[in-house]
Amino acid sequence: MTIFLAILLGVFFGFALQRVGATNPQNIINMMRLKDLHLMKAIFFGIGFSSILLFILMAVGVIDAGHLSVKSSYVGVIVGGAILGLGFAVAGYCPGTGLTAIADGRKDAFFFVGGGLVGALIYTLLYGSIQGTWLFTKIAGGKVMLATGSDKFQALLPMIPGTLLALIIGVVFIVTAWKLPEKV
Amino acid sequence: MNGQLNWFKGGLLLGAVFLIAVAFVKPIGVSTQFVIADGIVWNLFSDTVVQKDPESKSGYSSSNAYLNKSGGKYAKNIANPINYSFIFVLAMVVGAFLSSRLGGPQPTTLDRNAPEIWRQRFGENPTLRYVTVFFAGVLVLFGARLAGGCTSGHMMSGMMQTSLSGYLFAIGAFAIGVPAAIFVYKRH
Repeated sequence: MTIFLAILLGVFFGFALQRVGATNPQNIINMMRLKDLHLMKAIFFGIGFSSILLFILMAVGVIDAGHLSVKSSYVGVIVGGAILGLGFAVAGYCPGTGLTAIADGRKDAFFFVGGGLVGALIYTLLYGSIQGTWLFTKIAGGKVMLATGSDKFQALLPMIPGTLLALIIGVVFIVTAWKLPEKV
Repeated sequence: MNGQLNWFKGGLLLGAVFLIAVAFVKPIGVSTQFVIADGIVWNLFSDTVVQKDPESKSGYSSSNAYLNKSGGKYAKNIANPINYSFIFVLAMVVGAFLSSRLGGPQPTTLDRNAPEIWRQRFGENPTLRYVTVFFAGVLVLFGARLAGGCTSGHMMSGMMQTSLSGYLFAIGAFAIGVPAAIFVYKRH
């Protein structure tokens, strides 16, 4: 059953990435050099409306809050994000879109995935010597979310009801998506 | 481009995928599976990299510190490649192929070597593009593993859950990525 879901959801995600134009590195590069914000608008809108529905459906008990998986916050998240950002901007691929771009018949995507496998291997071999360094110093306690909503994770702003806060953030994301210019 | 959804429909589709995934299973993530793929190959040539270990939380352990992390959960997935997260990522390629065949946007033959913006700036020779993209791929996956996730896991899934880490990741990625893209490709 989980494998069936993996195939169904994976196919759906790959389909969505291709259809929104995320497998086209031209779109990513033009987003990063702030020329064409079509993808950025789609991402803001997607995050905003899915977040609102997620918190509403958790509040009414349709979605099990146990399914949430909040990643830890530490210095390496910012440093790693920056290293990724450099490669992302030059290649126009992130791990998911580089892989699915292969299905577009893009030859450069093969080289990206090959490089990705090497990069992941380098990290795997290096981890033993960098674990415990400042790179893994936790920020704001580690596994935190802004809104309350799950017993497993600490909320950064517990004074505001989680569903309300998520709703406000979601609306801000949707308005941002709507107001951002398509072409700059 | 022809066949590409506008931001509204595209955002609806993307948001729906991330929401449905967390509703039925767990938040979407991709970059961990590059480690799993490496591990599957490594495991073919090594008797020690992944071992059954009743002492470990997952039932598996590894001589490598990273694969042994979190009770050996990566080691377990390497020993059992038919698991949710790995099959999910393989299925993504099938999904993209279906979209491309069923009226999705189509790259031209030249686009398949390098995107137009690259060709305008660096010429038609694909070799330079392939070499550059290879090294960019090294950076992207190294960075993603250091960050503990990529655009899917941190940015989309993370920010959807209002996770602080998603915001930190996005700040890091765009703070370097935007100036880098402008430096390499220029604004005009």
